[in-house]
Amino acid sequence: MTTLDSSKEIQKNNSEVNETHEDFRMFGLITFLIADGMTFAGFFAAYLTYKAVNPLPDGAIFELELTIPTLNTILLLVSSATFHKAGKALLKDKNSDSQKWLFFTAFLGIIFLICQLFEYFHLPFGLTDNLFASTFYALTGFHGLHVTLGTLMILIITWQSRTNGGRLTSQNMFPLEAVELYWHFVDGIWVILFIILYLL
Amino acid sequence: MTISIDPQKTNNESFQPKGWLRYFSFSLDHKVIGIQYLVCGFLFYLIGGTLASAIRIELASPMSDFMPRDVYNQVLTLHGTIMIFLWIVPVVNGAFGNYLIPFYVGARDMAFPRLNAVAFWLIPPSGLMLVASYFVEGAAQAGWTAYPPLSITTPQSGQIIWILSVLLLGGSSIFGGINFIATIIKLRRPGLKLMQLPMYCWAMLGTSLLVVLSTPVLAGTLILLSFDIIANTGFFNPVLGGNVVVYQHLFWFYSHPAVYIMVLPAFGLVSEILPVHARKPLFGYTTMVFSIMGIVVLGLVVWAHHMFTSGTPPWMRLFFTIATAFIAVPTGIKFFNWVATLWGGKISINSAMLFSCGFIINFVFGGITGVALAQVPFDIHVHDTYFVVAHFHYIVYGGTVFIIFSSIYHWFPKVTGKMLNEKIGILHFIITFIGFNLCFAPQHWLGLNGMPRRVAEYDPQFQFVNQISSLGALLMAISTIPFLINVFLSVRNGKDAGDNPWNALTPEWLTSSPPPVENWEGEAPLVEEPYGYGKKISEQK
Amino acid sequence: MLNKNIYLILIISLVFAVSFWIGFNVNLLPAEASINAPIYDELFKILFIIGLIIFIGMTIAVIYSLFKFRKRNDQIGDGIALEGNLSLEIIWTIIPSIIVLLIGLYSYNIYDRMGGMKELNHNHEMMSSNTEKIWAGISQTSDNELAINNLSIEVSAMQFAFLFNYPKGNFISGELHVPVDQKVSMKMESKDVIHAFWVPEFRIKQDIIPGQPTILNFTPTKVGKYPIICAELCGPYHGGMRASIIVEKESDYNEWFNKNKKPEVNL
Ligand code: HEA
Ligand code: HEA
Ligand code: CUA
Ligand SMILES: [Cu+2]
Repeated sequence: MTTLDSSKEIQKNNSEVNETHEDFRMFGLITFLIADGMTFAGFFAAYLTYKAVNPLPDGAIFELELTIPTLNTILLLVSSATFHKAGKALLKDKNSDSQKWLFFTAFLGIIFLICQLFEYFHLPFGLTDNLFASTFYALTGFHGLHVTLGTLMILIITWQSRTNGGRLTSQNMFPLEAVELYWHFVDGIWVILFIILYLL
Repeated sequence: MTISIDPQKTNNESFQPKGWLRYFSFSLDHKVIGIQYLVCGFLFYLIGGTLASAIRIELASPMSDFMPRDVYNQVLTLHGTIMIFLWIVPVVNGAFGNYLIPFYVGARDMAFPRLNAVAFWLIPPSGLMLVASYFVEGAAQAGWTAYPPLSITTPQSGQIIWILSVLLLGGSSIFGGINFIATIIKLRRPGLKLMQLPMYCWAMLGTSLLVVLSTPVLAGTLILLSFDIIANTGFFNPVLGGNVVVYQHLFWFYSHPAVYIMVLPAFGLVSEILPVHARKPLFGYTTMVFSIMGIVVLGLVVWAHHMFTSGTPPWMRLFFTIATAFIAVPTGIKFFNWVATLWGGKISINSAMLFSCGFIINFVFGGITGVALAQVPFDIHVHDTYFVVAHFHYIVYGGTVFIIFSSIYHWFPKVTGKMLNEKIGILHFIITFIGFNLCFAPQHWLGLNGMPRRVAEYDPQFQFVNQISSLGALLMAISTIPFLINVFLSVRNGKDAGDNPWNALTPEWLTSSPPPVENWEGEAPLVEEPYGYGKKISEQK
Repeated sequence: MLNKNIYLILIISLVFAVSFWIGFNVNLLPAEASINAPIYDELFKILFIIGLIIFIGMTIAVIYSLFKFRKRNDQIGDGIALEGNLSLEIIWTIIPSIIVLLIGLYSYNIYDRMGGMKELNHNHEMMSSNTEKIWAGISQTSDNELAINNLSIEVSAMQFAFLFNYPKGNFISGELHVPVDQKVSMKMESKDVIHAFWVPEFRIKQDIIPGQPTILNFTPTKVGKYPIICAELCGPYHGGMRASIIVEKESDYNEWFNKNKKPEVNL
C-alpha cells in the first residue's frame, strides 16, 4: 500500500501537468472494459457464425418470446438514466437524493435479474437442447453475471453514499463514476445482445 | 515541471520485508515484482525444458519406448503450455516490463502497483496447478491448442485444470497489459514526449494492446469449451450439433496475436541492447515505431493461416495468405534498422551483443520459413509437421529466448550491481547457438519428408536425423549449466559493476545500481535522447 | 568509393549464385508421385532460393559488421551519430513489399494450378443428398468434368484408422488402391475427432473433420506404395494412425477391384 500511495503522491505533485488521480484509474477501468467487451465480441462472433453456417437441426426448438426481453431492455435503459441522476445529485452534495436514485437503480437491476430468471424457467428449451439454446444461455448468462456484479456494486456505493460518514461525497466521486461507467457498459452490451439474439 | 517528492514520505518500507525475503512477499515495488516474474519464469523454463528433454529422449528412437503414448501427449501439451504461458509471456512482458517501464517513463512505480502484484501472484499457483494435474488423472493431452472434440473426449480432470490455469494466466496477462498501457500513456514524467520514449516502451504498448484485445477472446472460448466438458453443451461437439472449426477461429484469434505478444517485447529489448553495445543511436526510430504498430494491426487479421488445411473456404485461404505474408514488411524494417544500427558502430563483442546477433540470424531464418508457411499451397504439405515445429522454435527459442539471455547479460549489473563473467557468458552463447541449430535445423527436413508432429513413434527412416536433433537438445540442456554457474558465482563475488558499466544513456542507468526503492534520489531525470550516442557521451568526456 | 561498390556488387552476385546453386541442386523433398507434386516443388524451389538470398545476405551483413566495426582495444568513444536515412527506409520497405506481393501472386497461381480455386464438388453416385454442404478441401474437378467417370471414394476416419469406401464396388477397404494417372475424388468425414489425410509424396493434406465433410482430389502419377499419414493430433495412437495408398497400373487395379467387389444390395 505504501507504493500505491507513492504513485498517488506523484499524481498530486504534477497534477498541473497530468490528469488527476481519479481520471487515471478511470483510464484503467476503460481499458478493462474494452477487454471485457472483447469477450462478448467473441461470443457474438461465435453465435453469428453458428447462425450463418449451422442450420437448426430438424425438430429442434429455438423460439424466443419478445415481451420480457423488451421489458428488460426498458428496465436497463431507465436504470442508466436513474444512475445518471444519482451522480448529478451527488455532485450537488445532495447525498440523500443520490442515495435514493442509486437504490432505485439497484432495484431495477434486481427486477431485471428476476425477469431474466423468469424467462429462463419458461423457455421451451434447456441449456443442452441444441447449439442455439446453449449459445443463448451462455450469452445471456454471462451478461446476467455482469448485471449481478453491477447490482452488488451499486448496493455497496448506495451504502457508501449515506449522509453520515459515507465515503462517497462530491469530493470523492470516483467509486460512483466507475460503477456508473460499468453499468452503462453492461447496458450497452445488453442492447447489442437484444438486437442480435432476439431481433435478428 | 518537475516531480518533487520526498523519498522518505513516499516509500515508507516498514511493512515490507527486507533483503531477499521481499522476493517472497506481496511486494508492490515494480523492481521486486519484475525479479519475481523473471525467477519464477526461469524455474518454469527448467521444468518445460526438462519436458522437452523427455520429448527428445523419446524421439531418439522410432519406437514409443521411453514413455507411454498418452504420457507423451501430456508431456508435449505441458511443454508447449508451460513454455508459452509461464516462461516466454511472463518474462518478456512481466519481468522486463515491470523492471524497466517505470524507469523509462520516469516514474517511481507502475500505475497500479497492487494490481501488478496480484497479476504476478496469479502465476505461481496456476503454474503449479498445471504441473500437478499430471498426478491426478493425467494432465491435458490435446496439445497446447486443445482442439475439440479431442479435448472433450480425453480424460476430463486434466483438461479442466488446464483450462482453469490458462484462464488465470490470461487474467494475469490482461491485468499486466492494462497496467502497462496506463503507465506508458498516463504516468509519463512531465516533459517527456511519446516520441522520446525508449523503443521498449513502444513495443510494450503494442504488445499490451494485443493482450487487451485478444486475450479476452481466448478466455471466452475456453469458458465455452469448459461448458462442453462439464455441462455437456455442444458448442464444439459435433455429436450435439456443434462446430469444431469455430473453436479454431476463436482460438487462433488469440493465439496468433499471442506469438507477437511473445516477440514484440523481444524486439523492444534488442532495440535497447544494440545501440548501447554498438555505441550508435538506434537507426530509424520513427519507422521502428510505425512498424511496431503495423505488426499490431496486421497481427490481428491473419489468424486463419493456422487453419489452411482445416475447414476454410478458398477465398479465406487467399486473404490470409496475403495478410500474413505482409507482416514480413514491418518486421523486415525492424531487422534492416538493427543491422544499420550495427553498421559503423564501435561494437563491443560481449555476451549481450552475441546473443542479440544470434537472435537476428535465427529470427530471420524462422521468419522466412514463416513467410513460406503463409503460402497456402506450401502449407498444405507441411502443416502439422516438424517443419512447423522447426519454424516456431527458430522464432521462440532462437528469437525470444536468445533475447531473454541477452537481456539478462545486459541488465544483470543494473539489478545486482555485479558483472556477469564474460568468458563463461561467451561459452554459454557458443554452446546454446550450436545446440539450438543442431536441434531444430534438421527438423525442417523431417517435416518436408513426412514426419508429422505430436507423434511418439515414427518411421525408422527418420531415426538418424532425429538423433542429431536430440543431440542438439542435449547441448541446449548442457548450456544452461554454465549460465546458472555464472549467475550464482557473480551474485556472490562478481566484479563490481559501478552504476553504469556500459555507459548507457537510457534512464535506468542514470541511477545507482542496484537502484534505490524509490528509483531515484530526488527527481527523475528527463532523458530526451535515450539513444544519443556519438553526441552526448563525447561531450561529457 | 568505386572500389567499395564493386565489392558490394561482387558479394551480392555471389550470394545470388550460391543461393541459386543450392536451390537447384539440393533436394529436400520426397519423391514426386502426383500431378500436384511437381507444381509444389516448383514453388518450393522459388521460395527456397528467395529465402536463401535473404538469409545469407542478412547473416553476412551481421557477421561482417561484428568483425569490421568491432571495438579495438585502443579505441574509445562512440560510433558515428547516424540516426536514420529516409531513402534507405523507403527502399527496404518497398523491396520486401514487392517480393511479398510477387510471392503471393505466384502462390495463388500455383494454388490455382493445384485445383484449389475450383468450386468444391464431389460426384455422389451413391449418396442420397446431393445438396449436402462440403466445407473445404481441394477440388481438381470442375462441374462439367463431374460427369466423366473418375474414381470416387468415401473416406471415413476414426481413432485410429482410415476406412476407404468404394461405392461402385460396394465394399470397404483399409488400404487405398488407385489406378495410376486417373483422377481420384475423395469425400472425407470423421467419426470422432479431427484427423488429417496426408500423403507426403503427393504434397496434399486435408483435415478430416467430424460433422463437416471435406473433399480432396488428386491424380497419382507414379506406381508405388506410399504412406497415408494422419497429421492431426487425435489421441494416444495418433502416431500409429497410418495406412497405405497403392498406386497401380489400371489392369492391376481392376483385378483388385473385381476381387473385392460385392454385389449390389437391392433395397
Ligand atoms: C514468437 C512467435 C512467432 C512469430 C514471431 C511468428 C512469426 C511468423 N509466423 Fe509463425 N508460428 C508460431 C510462432 C511464431 N510465428 C508458432 C508457435 C506456430 C505453431 C502453432 C502451433 O500450431 O502449435 C506458428 C505457426 C505458423 C504458421 C502455421 C503453420 C501451420 O501450422 O501450418 C504460419 C503460416 O502462415 C506462420 C507464419 C508466420 C509468419 C509469416 C511470421 C512473420 O511474422 C515472420 C516475419 C519475419 C521475417 C520474414 C523475417 C525478417 C524480415 C526480413 C529480413 C525482410 C525480408 C523478408 C522477406 C521479403 C520475406 N507461423
Ligand atoms: C515457447 C517456447 C518454447 C521453447 C523455449 C521450447 C524449447 C524446446 N522445445 Fe518446444 N514446443 C513449444 C514451445 C517451446 N519449446 C510449443 C508451443 C510446442 C508445441 C506443443 C504442441 O504441439 O502442443 C513445442 C513442441 C516441441 C516439440 C514437438 C513435440 C511434438 O510435436 O511431438 C519438440 C520436439 O523436439 C520440442 C523440443 C524443444 C526443445 C528441445 C527445446 C529446448 O530449447 C529446451 C531447452 C531447455 C532445456 C533443455 C532446459 C535445461 C534444463 C534441464 C535439462 C533440467 C535441469 C533441471 C534442473 C536443474 C532442475 N518442442
Ligand atoms: Cu488420426 Cu491423428
Ligand atoms: Cu500465426
